[in-house]
Amino acid sequence: MAPSKDRRPGYSRRAQYGIFTRYVVAVFGVFVGFGLLALSLTDPGAFSFARGTAAEAARPIGEANAVARSTGQDFFSAIAGYFQAGQQNAELRREVEAARANALTMKALEDENRRLKALVGVIEADRKPVAAARLIGSTGTSMRRFALLSAGARQGVRVGQPVRATTGLIGRVLDVWPSTSRVLLVTDPDNVVPVRRASDGLPAMVTGGSDGTIMIRLINTGVALVRPGDVFLTSGSGGLYPPGIPVAVAVKTTRDGAVARLAADPSEAEFVVVEPVFQPAAEQDQQAEDAAEAAKARVP
Amino acid sequence: MVAQRITSTSDTRRSAKHAINRAPSPLIAGGVPWVSVMLASLITYSPVIASAPVLPPLAFMLFVAWRMLRPGLLPVWAGLPLGAFDDLYSGQPLGSGVILWSLTMLAMELIDERFLWRGFLQDWLAGAAIFAVYLLVGAGFAGLASGHLAFTPVLPQLLLTIALYPAVVWLVALLDGLRLTRFRSF
Repeated sequence: MAPSKDRRPGYSRRAQYGIFTRYVVAVFGVFVGFGLLALSLTDPGAFSFARGTAAEAARPIGEANAVARSTGQDFFSAIAGYFQAGQQNAELRREVEAARANALTMKALEDENRRLKALVGVIEADRKPVAAARLIGSTGTSMRRFALLSAGARQGVRVGQPVRATTGLIGRVLDVWPSTSRVLLVTDPDNVVPVRRASDGLPAMVTGGSDGTIMIRLINTGVALVRPGDVFLTSGSGGLYPPGIPVAVAVKTTRDGAVARLAADPSEAEFVVVEPVFQPAAEQDQQAEDAAEAAKARVP
Repeated sequence: MVAQRITSTSDTRRSAKHAINRAPSPLIAGGVPWVSVMLASLITYSPVIASAPVLPPLAFMLFVAWRMLRPGLLPVWAGLPLGAFDDLYSGQPLGSGVILWSLTMLAMELIDERFLWRGFLQDWLAGAAIFAVYLLVGAGFAGLASGHLAFTPVLPQLLLTIALYPAVVWLVALLDGLRLTRFRSF
């Protein structure tokens, strides 16, 4: 490639100054970048408005892609279905028999549970989901794990609400805009979920590794070992996540816990459900925090 | 009319005949690089909901490819607006793209000055170095924001990015051809 000639424009002062100004603006851009970075590191919510405008503008693209994703999955699973129909039929019949027996046991347990709870005097509010929506995008090029949700303030979504798929926890709402919102996925290193082991209630924390895996860290190390295959559910402590949502399945035991995989793969969920914050106290804390942040944002 | 119909059947003649009264639109000729990079920033809205950094930074690759293939088409300061736009969608802390894209443009000026006559292989090497710095420093910025520094998850993404670069250059070359499509002026 030949060297470009536009760097030496001849004797024209105007052209020379023009080129000089371009370099000045380019260097200025680097400094602006550092300023913006410092601001967004000290105050993560600082540019929420700009992000929101951008997300709202690109929402239709995400919606269309989300539909394409689910139809694509349907298409391939439909083809695969023809090859396995007979075997699957037999398997499913066996499973239904087993499930029917299980359901009866569950029903009895549920009744017993209700009676015992009434006896102790625990009143449980009926939690209705806030909204059902599609995941319309995710930050696939970055080390941070955010996803965009096709529901926002208009659908009743608020900051801090947990987001789940049918098979498990997806994350929690981080930013809310009129008809989109941003979700911090469980796989983000910044997300810490208090969990307990399904079998015996062993308490632990789940944090993201940002490479698709998640880490289970036991709170009391040395007491028990996590075995591969152990299922961990949200414990409800902290008040943000309601108890009993599957989060992780242990894969490999480590010194202080285990490496795990997600119970619910966000890419497989066609719809996710936004649930209300488990304990209103946590919500109030969150709201106070939001109000403080909003007040900070208002003062330039 | 008849003459037109005849020439439209023969492809080689057509371009020469139609060149009269037809000119590339300056808006499209200048705007295609900007629009293509901005559209690639929307890769966030791809159908994949990623649990790891698996997608190549397509917008940045297009940006570098435009700069290498057509120096001077994107001005030196183009990293400021395009990087900021990418930051809005990429999930990186805002400012990370502005810094890295602006520095890339300045670095490309240096590369142009040092290595005057280059082939595609040298461009690919320079691109590989730029992508390595971009992804690793970007991971560093993201680590500062989340409080957990990690670089290993970036490595597969980096390999994919370097391997895909020729395809992106091919795409940019294609767009560069379309950029100068001649339109009939009214």
